[in-house]
Amino acid sequence: MPEPVLEVAGLRKEFGELVAVDDVTFTVPAAGSLAIVGESGSGKTTVARMIVGLEHPTRGTITACGNDRSKPTRAARDRRRRGREVQIVFQDPYTSLDPRQTAEQTLSEMIRLHHGWAADRRRARVTELTELVGLDSRQARALPRSLSGGQRQRVAIARALAAEPQVLILDESVAALDVSIQAQVLNLLAEIRDQTGVSYILISHDLAVVRQLTDQAIVMHRGQVVERGATAQVLDDPQHPYTQRLRASVPRPGWKPARRPVAAAATDGEASP
Amino acid sequence: MGATALLNEAEVRPPGTGFLGRLRATGPAGLASAGVIVIATFAAFFGSLLAPYNPVETNLALAWVGPVGGHLLGFDGQGRDVLSRLLAGATTSMLGPLAVVILAMTAGTLLAVVAAWRRGAVDAMISSGLDILFAFPGILLAVLAAAVFGAGLPAAAIALAIAYTPYVARVLRGAALKERGQPYVAALEVQGVSAPGICLRHLVPNMLPLIIAQATIMFGWAMVDLAAISFLGLGVQPPNPDWGVMISENQTGIPQGYPLPALSAGICIVVVVVAFNVLGERLFAEVDR
Amino acid sequence: MTDTLLEVDHLTVRLRVEGRPRSVLRDVGLRIGPGEAVGLVGESGSGKSMTARAIGRLLPERAAVEGTIRFQGADVAGLTGSDLRRYRSQVAMIFQDPRAHINPVRRIGDFMTEALRTNLGVRSAEAARRAVEMLAQVGIEDGERRLRQYPHQLSGGLLQRVMIAAALLTEPRLLLADEPTTALDVTTQAEVMAILDDLRRELHLGMLFITHDLELAAAICDRTAVMYAGQVVEVSASARLHDDPLHPYTAALTAARPDITRAASRLRAIPGRPLSAFEAPDGQCAFAPRCAHALDACRETAPEMTELDGGLSRCLRAGELRGKLATESESTESESTESEAADA
Repeated sequence: MPEPVLEVAGLRKEFGELVAVDDVTFTVPAAGSLAIVGESGSGKTTVARMIVGLEHPTRGTITACGNDRSKPTRAARDRRRRGREVQIVFQDPYTSLDPRQTAEQTLSEMIRLHHGWAADRRRARVTELTELVGLDSRQARALPRSLSGGQRQRVAIARALAAEPQVLILDESVAALDVSIQAQVLNLLAEIRDQTGVSYILISHDLAVVRQLTDQAIVMHRGQVVERGATAQVLDDPQHPYTQRLRASVPRPGWKPARRPVAAAATDGEASP
Repeated sequence: MGATALLNEAEVRPPGTGFLGRLRATGPAGLASAGVIVIATFAAFFGSLLAPYNPVETNLALAWVGPVGGHLLGFDGQGRDVLSRLLAGATTSMLGPLAVVILAMTAGTLLAVVAAWRRGAVDAMISSGLDILFAFPGILLAVLAAAVFGAGLPAAAIALAIAYTPYVARVLRGAALKERGQPYVAALEVQGVSAPGICLRHLVPNMLPLIIAQATIMFGWAMVDLAAISFLGLGVQPPNPDWGVMISENQTGIPQGYPLPALSAGICIVVVVVAFNVLGERLFAEVDR
Repeated sequence: MTDTLLEVDHLTVRLRVEGRPRSVLRDVGLRIGPGEAVGLVGESGSGKSMTARAIGRLLPERAAVEGTIRFQGADVAGLTGSDLRRYRSQVAMIFQDPRAHINPVRRIGDFMTEALRTNLGVRSAEAARRAVEMLAQVGIEDGERRLRQYPHQLSGGLLQRVMIAAALLTEPRLLLADEPTTALDVTTQAEVMAILDDLRRELHLGMLFITHDLELAAAICDRTAVMYAGQVVEVSASARLHDDPLHPYTAALTAARPDITRAASRLRAIPGRPLSAFEAPDGQCAFAPRCAHALDACRETAPEMTELDGGLSRCLRAGELRGKLATESESTESESTESEAADA
């Protein structure tokens, strides 16, 4: 069996008294796709931030492409190398791009960062990337404020791919998009995975999107992994009560929302006691 | 598909982007102020050349003579042509504040960005340092500088720059923190762009509207403070033409019934300072929009 | 019909955006009967939020409004002063982000009882008592304690329940809910939806429920209206929308959504991107450029609403396409990839 492209073991993150991530372990195979399913407070975004080095794990190990990255590093050279292993696309298309740069400028800067190529070769690669994500030349030369949410996410995806990563983390990357645009971007992501063999880690609360894009899934609740398995299995036959409740809460034809018993409901959703 | 092009064309392009767009958006008051500033800048560069008469040659026989012939504003207490002195004085009157602004903005931006980027202990330390600096009013520092280094424009300008730095840093720190927290900065970090690279190429450019607004208003403050310092005799030294110095030199003319020399210098200062203030305020308003 | 709770007819709204007038609603029509829940579904720019604001008299002052909005027979647009205040106690609005609509420096109790005390002259103690009762109705048991808390001490879900309770305190006849659960976790959403549904039935309230999620609307609304580019393009019984859509946009929207029960090799994405009202050209169907069933006539004539079997559809081909639209969702997914360049 080929080396997994990402391995996370015993990951833990404490923010003072609060344990945001508690003993999380999973692996992502090469060209694989893993969903991390959970709601707010589950710790899923914190896990993603630890993997890309934006957060410092309290305990545990993270290994990507065989290299340890359990602690964030300040050295630019190491961060660049890690950038070529794992990249991330964030949720909000309106703040995840530098408002002063066109797509071409952003991509050019990223390419220059990772490769010492001449201007011609850089330009060709920029065109390759914009075509890959389905942006035409006019959109590539536009500033983000002239682009729609879906177009901006495409730029964000292209920017992540400029580093040619093995793993792409999609942190709720389609959650802020309209339904019809979401479908386009999901198709695009499937296309990219077919063409480049990149692995996905999809962080999402949307079970239908999870079903569409991933093969494997783990479910997180209050910092812990409560269920794991093939996506189809986890969604069709959930074992853990939380997963079952999650599944039952998804609107579908004929669905009628039901209130839970008061005792259980009252302690939920407490911001502070 | 033709319809695709139709759909693409329909993206809305908001007006008021780009430098000229921003300027236009400041309205008639902003544009008028910009006009005044351009004229003053022009005078700063070419004033000495444009001056019709010698600004420094004295002729006591002509002291306090009113406007006559080509001397539109008359003569000052030393018999020098007022208009020529105003034009020649524009240079130090404008360049002094410019130096202050450049120094204070550079230092302030640097401190703000470093504090925002590193956060935590570094931010706390810088903020404490700035709090101490806040305690020193500009003019007081200028007096101290004059006492230590002797009177003159350079010492005064540096003293003022030090006094203004904490104001700049405080205003910009908030904006820097906000940019720092944006996902695009996180994306750049994940890409592996160096910290100085992110700060210089991304953070600061995105703060530019605020920086420009702050610099513009600060120019007005510096001009007033420097004129006051020169008026006190601690800045530009007579007989150099400088608007602040001119007020000082010619104030004796006012009770004697010859207000024009002092007044005209004062009006120049006021007009230019108001122009900078108005434009600066308009630019600030644009930033918040 | 004077026993209709809300009647909206030919509502057209133009706003001045950066100096230029822009259409945000075009000829919108709606009916809500007493105690009836109607869903309003659409994507960005469809005008669904704007419709709610128009009904709630929350449009900016310089908005140009044509058409009529009638609440219990009375014209809403002309209301002022005490009439307007009374209207506001009769028509309550719930927003997507509760935190943006609650003053963070005042206690929950102050927020909840304000309308009762100032508009209806209820005494503080009585208002507080009613507030606690209403909090219990939305599933918050320790009401007295909650009244003394500040908004930041409550989670999003709790705060939204507080908003609902506050909205119901003035005993409104109509509830305008603008994406009330979009910002909530899906489990919290289910809970809040259940509360809304229960209370609405119990208090016989009319409701306009705005969302981008067709299935969510279908869960608690008897009828649903679908909006596109500032117009209503379909109105139908909610149960029918999924299996028997009357407008190609509704069908396309349903087909574009991923299915939680199976992964498709590719989704049936709609090419292009959703148009806003001001981008839609006059004199033609706004959806035509993206529609799989569009003919030349669709690009030359603006379609009117056609009645079909108790539903309405703004499509020239509504009659002939009837019954054929839903089957597309099940057929092969191969065609969607080509024209999908990033128009969106």
